Amino acid sequence: MPDESTQRDISADQVPTIANGYRLQFESAQDTWVLLYPEGMVKLNPSAAEILKLVDGELSVKQIVTGLETTFETTGLTNDVHAFLSIAHEQHWIKLS
Amino acid sequence: MPTSMLQHGLATDPTADRPGPPLWLLAELTYRCPLHCAFCFNPVDFARQTDELDTQGWIRTLQQARALGSVQCGFSGGEPMLRKDLETLVGEAHSLGYYTNLLTTGVGLNETRAKALKDCGLDHIQLSFQDSTREMNDFLSNTRTFDLKNNVAALIKDHDWPMVLNCVVHRMNIDHVDKIIEMALELGAETLELANTQYYSWAVVNRDHLLPSQAQLTEAERVTNEYRERYGDQLRIIFVVPDYYENRPKKCMNGWGNVFLTIAPDGTALPCHTARMLPGAAFPNVADHSIEDIWYGSEGFNRYRGKNWMKEPCRSCSEADDDLGGCRCQAFMLTGDPAGTDPVCDKSPNRPIVDEAIAKAQSSKTGLMTEQPLIFRDPKESIRLTE
Repeated sequence: MPDESTQRDISADQVPTIANGYRLQFESAQDTWVLLYPEGMVKLNPSAAEILKLVDGELSVKQIVTGLETTFETTGLTNDVHAFLSIAHEQHWIKLS
Repeated sequence: MPTSMLQHGLATDPTADRPGPPLWLLAELTYRCPLHCAFCFNPVDFARQTDELDTQGWIRTLQQARALGSVQCGFSGGEPMLRKDLETLVGEAHSLGYYTNLLTTGVGLNETRAKALKDCGLDHIQLSFQDSTREMNDFLSNTRTFDLKNNVAALIKDHDWPMVLNCVVHRMNIDHVDKIIEMALELGAETLELANTQYYSWAVVNRDHLLPSQAQLTEAERVTNEYRERYGDQLRIIFVVPDYYENRPKKCMNGWGNVFLTIAPDGTALPCHTARMLPGAAFPNVADHSIEDIWYGSEGFNRYRGKNWMKEPCRSCSEADDDLGGCRCQAFMLTGDPAGTDPVCDKSPNRPIVDEAIAKAQSSKTGLMTEQPLIFRDPKESIRLTE
């Protein structure tokens, strides 16, 4: 079993926040969650949306994983959540404290 | 200006039968402007178009477009700050769920109005600069605004808006891109758009003064890349090449009637902000038709939608989906045929028209030496040029 806590620069104790100028929103006309930013928009796939919905500047990465595993009655989401948040960070969608 | 909007992934599913919604709504609130930029993208005959939708007209437009699926809303002009109801319109757009963008020269944006705009939910301000030096900024916009813009940049920071600076680049300032980038860094900008002039409207009138040489362009890109390497994520620099120097045309507006809906000051709905120049039936007005009828049903928005309107060489071209034949306005301006191939494409039999303009631009003299003086955007010139 790989050491999940060190994956891709994101640590379980960090607290992600949606970056300034970005906004997560459900768009009924497109039937999808989107991330809006200055003059642009990213359509999110369902799992990306579920993760970002929990990014509230309060929950740690670890708490987000636990929250998703509880909601979807599953386990082993750590890798997926870390991988996505790492991409989101690279894209400047989120800040990490 | 809207070139930047094309780069941020507002693509729709090309296989869908019914076009997607007008995701991008550009509200050109007014053609009035205190500046006199020689590359202004407003129509050359702007002084003949003085009608403006009233507050209720704009609110109805915002509501209808939002119901259809518009989500990005740009408030532009002219100078949108000249509309006294700007805060009302931004507030309405925000409460409808739009992401609200203000595209401004900064004139009229003081502490009071900045606070009011923040309070009513404005998400983003894009501030335009003409150059990094006071002399050039004031010369190119033919007014004294440089200090004011610096103050406005500080206001944007103070109110915690993401700061996007836009600087239109051309022959007379492209040699200063280093200074422009330094200025953006000093002001704490997150994004800098070095938007090479695209040749429409006033920029066509002044093209010989504005089109840079290949050597200027190459050097400016080299300098830009140097800064990108040095500063990385601190400042995102977008460099938009003038399309004359490409050999394939741009996928203009990401496709005609595909994601962009522009509403001109008088309520005319346009597939792009310059489309009114095209021959053919008049484009519909929001005073007479719903946004839904305009977007899906009007002749104007269906005229160059998709690919059925194409002629050769586009019709049988393997790259037709990549650029959809380029820009209808450019094809019309340069060749007289709005359904022809954008002559930027080197498969176009009319490419020599673009090559000729480029050849002229390689001269070592500045454009200031050409016989026609630089013509600044001005109501009197607008009337004179369109008599």
